[in-house]
Amino acid sequence: MKDNVLMRIAARWNMPFMLIFALYTQTHGELGPGGGFQSGVMIAAAFIVYGMVFGGHEMRRIVPRWVTDIAAGLGVLIYAGTGVYCMLMGYEFLDYTAIMPGNPGGGAPWGMTSVEYGVGITVAAVMITVFNEITEGTAPEDNTIIMEKQ
Amino acid sequence: MELIQRNLPALVVVTPLIMGLITSIIGRRGLGWYLAMGTTAAVLAMSIQLLANVLDSGTQTVTYLMGNWPTPFGIGYVVDPLNASVLVIVSIISAVVTLYARKSVASEIAHNRLHFFYALWLFCITGLLGITITGDAFNLYVLLEISSLSTYTLVALGRNRNRRALTAAINYLVLGSIGACFYLLGIAYLYMVTGSLNIADIHDILANKVFPTWSTGAPMYRTTVIAGFAFMAVGLSLKLALFPLHGWLPNAYTYSPSAVSALLASTATKVGAYVFIRVIFTLVGVNFAYTLLHTDTVLMLSAGAAILFGSWMAFRQTNVKKLLAYSSIGQIGYITLGFALGNAGGLTASVIHLFNHALTKGGMFLALGIVAYRTGHTRLQDLRGLGRKLPFTMAAFTAGGLGLIGVPLTAGFISKWYLVSSCIEAGRYEMAAIVLVGSMIALLYTWKVVETIYFGKRDENAPVVKEAPITMLVPVLLLAGGSIYFGIDASLTSRVATAAAHFLLGGAP
Repeated sequence: MKDNVLMRIAARWNMPFMLIFALYTQTHGELGPGGGFQSGVMIAAAFIVYGMVFGGHEMRRIVPRWVTDIAAGLGVLIYAGTGVYCMLMGYEFLDYTAIMPGNPGGGAPWGMTSVEYGVGITVAAVMITVFNEITEGTAPEDNTIIMEKQ
Repeated sequence: MELIQRNLPALVVVTPLIMGLITSIIGRRGLGWYLAMGTTAAVLAMSIQLLANVLDSGTQTVTYLMGNWPTPFGIGYVVDPLNASVLVIVSIISAVVTLYARKSVASEIAHNRLHFFYALWLFCITGLLGITITGDAFNLYVLLEISSLSTYTLVALGRNRNRRALTAAINYLVLGSIGACFYLLGIAYLYMVTGSLNIADIHDILANKVFPTWSTGAPMYRTTVIAGFAFMAVGLSLKLALFPLHGWLPNAYTYSPSAVSALLASTATKVGAYVFIRVIFTLVGVNFAYTLLHTDTVLMLSAGAAILFGSWMAFRQTNVKKLLAYSSIGQIGYITLGFALGNAGGLTASVIHLFNHALTKGGMFLALGIVAYRTGHTRLQDLRGLGRKLPFTMAAFTAGGLGLIGVPLTAGFISKWYLVSSCIEAGRYEMAAIVLVGSMIALLYTWKVVETIYFGKRDENAPVVKEAPITMLVPVLLLAGGSIYFGIDASLTSRVATAAAHFLLGGAP
């Protein structure tokens, strides 16, 4: 698909908007609908569109496998780490009061934000891993998706 | 210390989860095993402490609120005598098997995958412990998926030794997912009726608001509740590998890596049985499940068939690992029979057998893993004459076999004693007869293997075999020794099991 000008331009120009919207959804997480999961999917989608147009190997040049491997674990660690932090401060697991003990309810946005970032990172990493697992090795040098061959 | 003590119920689950993630990131170059070993040892200490706390506390329960949300709204972890003892079973087995796993796994799995293996290993343990401790029906499903998904992968990692591990894993994946889906559907139906996901809360709403209307002219949600329970029962039977839903078990146990077989055989199905007990006695209640729906008859039929079929199929196998797998199907029958009887003695027998069978079968799978480590195979003819070459391993294997038969002075005898006497107490003489016939068949298949081990003659040109390395031998001897010890002095196990049985029947409507 990378020989098609329209596709190339569309993929390249859409990517920043997709990422920005993903970040918006991410930061909006504790205030309204949406949050970590959705934004993780959008981040992954931005990279996957890029990978579909320019080829999986090209995408893996930007996001190498070791990055997604570590990010997948790191996200859940952020989530669980938030819980453990609350525990260490002498509250229950994931009791956000621990983050701002003086201000009832004040810790919740911070706690949820950090939990949502954890979710977002893991979801994005796992989505990209799934794409990698499906496309890797389907074509010798160009991993553009099978659609092109038809 | 006080901090740990207070957060114990959460830490039991969170520690292996976090350590699993850390293992997946930094566990390369052999570090994975050290992380897994340290974690399982810590979890063992914590769950023993939890059991002590529960037995000491006046109410017999310890509750922990996740994020300090009150229970019907948030997720509560409830520890009672039953699940505290299952926690101890799971954590003892996982610590012992992890100790064993180092050499065994290194010889069966590619080295660049080891950190991945130990991460999944810890996730699997996380899931099993979580299922046991949680008091929330949906949280239970999530943890069930965590343990199942990692188990499928662990089974598939046996492919280096035998490619059939892959088909076994796929088979297990499909059937296991169906089981989990059915459980989820059941939860959804009950949620429609009660609007709650907390096990205790669902039970209270059903018992106080829904069931009383059934004897009146306008029964509320009758079909929905029955459908929900039916879905859960079938899904859990699949997870538990209760006859005739055992199809995934023999190949999954046979072709997975040795350490994984031991972990699965002695924990995964036990946790399945625990959930089933939990659903019958503390979620819907005995009156509904046994008196109204006669689930006990169905369970007893399945259990009886499982005992006879599993033992007979075990007798017919020529691969010893598969023999043990089929024998597990029979043993699941004994566990199910215990709680299907529905009286205190039967429940005690079930809980004791959960523990005794975990020790016995875990030890046997580990001993067989040593055979695979030294000879590369687990076929019956490979065991010929190994009694002289691997004296300690084979003695442990034989002790386990005696436990499966139920010879006095082994743990198996204690469970069978409780089981047979409560069958008679309940007036189910035919079930008592089936238990005895099952034990006779167990005698046949154990003798088949023991005869080969001690009286078979090893091939002249077979490779030289020497006794297992010490880190593999100690776990085997620990489990085999435990199965003998708890056969001689059953006061500890029976005290815990009786407490659990009384708790269940007291907690039932």
